[in-house]
Parts: sequence; C-alpha cells; structure tokens
Amino acid sequence: MDPSALNSPELERFLSEEKERAMVNEMVAKLTSACWDKCITSAPGSKLSSSESSCLSNCAHRYMDMSLIIMKRFQSMN
Amino acid sequence: MQTVRDKCFAKCITKPGSSLSGSESSCISRCVERYIEATGIISRALFNAPR
Repeated sequence: MDPSALNSPELERFLSEEKERAMVNEMVAKLTSACWDKCITSAPGSKLSSSESSCLSNCAHRYMDMSLIIMKRFQSMN
Repeated sequence: MQTVRDKCFAKCITKPGSSLSGSESSCISRCVERYIEATGIISRALFNAPR
C-alpha cells in the first residue's frame, strides 16, 4: 500500500466518521440497557406494550435533558 | 450481545432447572426480539423525534 495514503484527507474523514458512528452506537446501546431496566418490568411479551414504548422514548428524551443540565452546570464552573 | 444475554437471562431464567424448559426458550426469543425493538425506539428517540 502507498504510505502517503495513510495521511490522506479522505482517510482522515473516513476515520472520524467511523469514530462518530461507533460513539453513537455505544450511546444507543448504553441507553437501551439503562432504559430497559427502568421500563420493561414484566416478562417480555410478543410486542412491547404502548406504555413500555413510550416509557423507553421518554427515558431517552429525559436522558438528553439531563445531559444538557449537567453540561450547563459544569460550564458555569469557571 | 453481552448485554442482551444478561438482560434476557435475568428476565427469563429465574430458577435454573436441569435443562432449558420450553417456556424459558420461548421467553428468551421474545426477550431478544423486544430488546431489538427497544434499541430501535431509543435510537429513534435520540435522532429524529423533536421533544
């Protein structure tokens, strides 16, 4: 392989996109795990109930609200 | 993978017997399906719903 290809802008862009994708996937996996524990309390049925689905969706939204609050709090420290 | 396994083990294998019972295996397959469904809901909530 041509060594100059290793610092091409395309490769750099590809890598940063992949990193971002990996971060997003990790975030979704973590949140699914946390919200599953909060929202799915009974034995799994043949479909998620509407209260379970809305709980999951609320859970993700509240997590984002919370992240924002925490971020703001830390930004105001200096 | 690891997570789904742990979640569904906790939900479906509450009292391990000498082999997997039919109801345990069907619980596991339902559980995995529901976990995938839940993952979809979470990612949709994160990326395209406004509120």
